[in-house]
Amino acid sequence: MVLGLALAGWLSARSRAWTLRANSGRRLASLPNYHGWYVGLWIFIPTVLFVVVWDAISPGLVLQSVLGGPSADGLPALDSARLDALREARAVATGALASTTNPDALPMIAPFSDALAQYRWIGIALTVIIAGAAGAWSYLRLKPEFGARTRVERVIMAVLILASLVAVFSTFGILASLIFETFRFFEMVSPLDFLFGTFWSPDPMANPENPDPTRYGAIPLFWGTLLIGAVIAMIVAIPIGMMSAIYLTQYAHPRFRAWAKPALEILAGVPTVVYGYFAALTVAPMIRDLALSVGIANASSESALAAGLVMGVMIIPFVSSMADDSIAAVPQAMRDGSLAMGATTSETIKLVLVPAALPGIVGGVMLAISRAIGETMIVVMAASTAANLSANPLDSMTTVTVQIVAMLTGEGSFDHPATLSAFALGFILFLVTLALNFVALSVVKRYREAYE
Amino acid sequence: MSEAITTPAGEPPAALEPVSAHRTERFEQRLKARYAQERRFKALGLAAISFSVLVLILLLGNMLLNGIGGFQRAELSVEVDFVQSGLQAPTSGATAAETMRSLDEQGLRSVVYRAAQQSLGAAGADQLNSEAWREIAATIHTNPAILTRKELLSLPASADLSAGYSGEGTREMQELASELVARDLLRKSLDIGFLERSDATDPQLAGIWGALKGSVLTMLVTFLLAFPIGIMAALYLEEYAPKNRWTDFLEVSINNLAAVPSIIFGLLGLFFLMTAFPTLRSTPIIAGVTLALMTMPVIVISGRNAIKAVPPSIRDGALAVGASPVQVVFHHVLPLALPGMLTGTIIGMARALGETAPLILIGLRAFVATPPEGFTSAATVLPVQIFLWSDEIDRGFVERTSAAIIVLLIVLLLMNGLAIYLRNKFEKSW
Repeated sequence: MVLGLALAGWLSARSRAWTLRANSGRRLASLPNYHGWYVGLWIFIPTVLFVVVWDAISPGLVLQSVLGGPSADGLPALDSARLDALREARAVATGALASTTNPDALPMIAPFSDALAQYRWIGIALTVIIAGAAGAWSYLRLKPEFGARTRVERVIMAVLILASLVAVFSTFGILASLIFETFRFFEMVSPLDFLFGTFWSPDPMANPENPDPTRYGAIPLFWGTLLIGAVIAMIVAIPIGMMSAIYLTQYAHPRFRAWAKPALEILAGVPTVVYGYFAALTVAPMIRDLALSVGIANASSESALAAGLVMGVMIIPFVSSMADDSIAAVPQAMRDGSLAMGATTSETIKLVLVPAALPGIVGGVMLAISRAIGETMIVVMAASTAANLSANPLDSMTTVTVQIVAMLTGEGSFDHPATLSAFALGFILFLVTLALNFVALSVVKRYREAYE
Repeated sequence: MSEAITTPAGEPPAALEPVSAHRTERFEQRLKARYAQERRFKALGLAAISFSVLVLILLLGNMLLNGIGGFQRAELSVEVDFVQSGLQAPTSGATAAETMRSLDEQGLRSVVYRAAQQSLGAAGADQLNSEAWREIAATIHTNPAILTRKELLSLPASADLSAGYSGEGTREMQELASELVARDLLRKSLDIGFLERSDATDPQLAGIWGALKGSVLTMLVTFLLAFPIGIMAALYLEEYAPKNRWTDFLEVSINNLAAVPSIIFGLLGLFFLMTAFPTLRSTPIIAGVTLALMTMPVIVISGRNAIKAVPPSIRDGALAVGASPVQVVFHHVLPLALPGMLTGTIIGMARALGETAPLILIGLRAFVATPPEGFTSAATVLPVQIFLWSDEIDRGFVERTSAAIIVLLIVLLLMNGLAIYLRNKFEKSW
């Protein structure tokens, strides 16, 4: 309806602008379309604001008028029963519920639907009045020399700025929500116990008033995250990703590159849940059987190795494209100079290109690590939930992200320290990835500038 | 050196001499070693690429091999004589649910069971899926004419018998399955219904339509939010924003947002669920908003690159003939940059479509047996459905999971293909 009103304003203002132009016999300061937009926006923005406000306050007004009526005297005195009756009566009156069996709610239905209808009419009338007033005021301002365009453009700029602020808002939203919940968690469990404790086994069923701080030691989670994401995955991803990038850019025949590059891109586009399924179903049993066959008896079927390996594969395309970019940024003259001195291609790569591109590559690797430690689905599906502090990659281990998912999908209430600990873990994860990204991006940026 | 000195005078200089003074024995060896190293290095590079390609083939092959079974199901041939059963077709205009209730009251279940006993024997009839009658009711609803004839119907077997057919499950089931196969009453056939049904506890009856619809609704919300906001933010930052500390801060926060782990967005969504909108738990709208926040920075970054690619001469030309800065952007820069922006958007949407972790946190892991009706009804999405099925130990679900993965990968492939097509079609070199 609001859109209809705005459209009407737009059409009438535009036609008025046309007549203005015809009558005055000279060109308008702005095109007729802009006059249309001007009036349309004047109708649209105030009415939308009003509708939003009205939606927020009208339920309260309806309730007040119902409670003020005579039928409200029959309501039970007990608060919860009273609210129940009111809610049910309202649901029936709005049509959300077909009927109710609550005897207290039955007499309330008629007053509720009366009040709802009454306030709906008031709302519509107010909307039309506001639209009419705003429309009339703006309509009367239309004159041949009126600068409608600049005013419309000012609105457009405001909308653009608002859109770019969304990113800032969501960053602050993330920070605020994480800090708020983390703070609540630290009221129950001391930060020292959390950051330096070595035993992790929160009990979501325990009494939330008096949590056992010794069960909230996150060191095993940090260790598992580092081992899987920063060690095992990187042992796979860095050499293979680097060598892939080097081969594709320096050696490969264009026809081979045309085939191999999309393959890497597909690998990057596979959803992580698919990798997780692959890790849990294929890779983990394979590694356990392999370990058993070489005589390691206690290999876990949820080993850190399986999750880390698959995560490494997932990161390969990322490392490869970062290395590709960094090597491509090295000036051609350095490469030509090395080759002219008689170095072979591999010597040029190892002794000239890679050292020159090293800052960029290091930055890329840091971004890759930040990705790996924030990765969730592979470890949720392939790693275990048992926190072990062990250096053996064949043991089962858990990570920060696994525990966030485990704590928030359990049965615990939102006020329980076990649930809140997920937010504390999330906060630490956020800080670490933020720091890694920040350093990595500035390293890459400075490196790019050095050669430009 | 010594060789060069001993060269007789009057001979042509070393330029024509193929073997120069430097090529001593040790030199030759060193050169050989260097070339060998070169070959080794090159082979290592090839090996690295091959490893990635091999893993990709292994992964896709694995899914394909398992997934083919997921698009099929074990079905029993049962001959039902509708004429004798005395079932009455419901009046025309009845809804599917009414037809089903009416037929159930008329005893369709026992009619089917007796027909199964006749066709398959008592042991076989027990292994007819307990929900098979519903499929018959649906058939009758669409085609009431079959009530006037004898029909040979293909009905789903029970999960136990299906396992027996695959060579798993109990010994009795395996024997029964092989006996029925020998009589040509049991076979695997293509299960179109997999794409039309929703989640179920029985793998024989499970389908992905509910999850697919949930994904479509979620992506719709994501697109409607992330695309306009992302495009407008990109336009502002690239075309209008003054170079100052405030703009730098905007850029840094967008770049960081693009690198925040996806699960953090899940925590943000959960926080808002907990504090502001508890009724929206596990609905497409909250999932869509969460994914939109995650996708928007990707769209902004790719959008800015697309805007940068528009040559400045276009802007100068428009300004020179009197366009205002807003007109320059909306009449000239935006239309030219739009294909590039769309490409980036599709790639971002493909990433959002495969995203699982944040959605698990905001409650999309619930068992949802009916497809969502709107943006505010409980739903699940395709990747979450895959995650949920992957937890099931039943062999039938292993195949269904792979089949769902194949569907997801095909959708993603189509989206990326569209992005590449757009890029190639509209890419201009200025």
